[in-house]
Amino acid sequence: MKNPLDSLWGTVVCGVILTAVLYLAVKNFLM
Amino acid sequence: MDLVPAIARWVHFLAGVMWVGLLYYFNFVQIPALKAAAADGTAAGITKHVAPRALLYFRWSSIVTWLAGAAILGGNFVGAFTLQKGLAGIGIGAWLGTIMLINVWALIWPNQQKILGLKPATDEEKNKARRVALLTSRANMMLSIPMLFFMAGGWSHRALFGL
Repeated sequence: MKNPLDSLWGTVVCGVILTAVLYLAVKNFLM
Repeated sequence: MDLVPAIARWVHFLAGVMWVGLLYYFNFVQIPALKAAAADGTAAGITKHVAPRALLYFRWSSIVTWLAGAAILGGNFVGAFTLQKGLAGIGIGAWLGTIMLINVWALIWPNQQKILGLKPATDEEKNKARRVALLTSRANMMLSIPMLFFMAGGWSHRALFGL
């Protein structure tokens, strides 16, 4: 599997996904 | 006293714009430009005159951003970093920013010094340094996306977490 960080837009997509994951984690487990 | 957090917030924004702005410059502009410049033999202009200046402001603005951020947190510094109730949003943002700062000083800068010839390195070491610097820069770009989300919504705006 290709490393998504090798691609500029793959990096952006990873960042958006990470944002959603962290948001849900904070909202559900840390609030 | 409200003056210190107000000035700290202003400095945090100024330095943060420079830091993340240069990070995006590297990823959106310089890396693709170097690929094109290498093809027509003009990369030296970028590596000799542009990259060292960009890296100078990039690495020092990361320090100023972090210190000003710590000053804004003030007495909430430990509570934010330990993700205490009401501070978890900004705490996640602070952790992401801290990881990015460590990446700048521990991985990006030492490897860029080899790539730009500021530190002696063999061709093999330079190739390895290019890979590490690229992936770390990309990792920081990825981390900057949730970092800015939590910085914007975690404390100063309080819109998303109802704090």
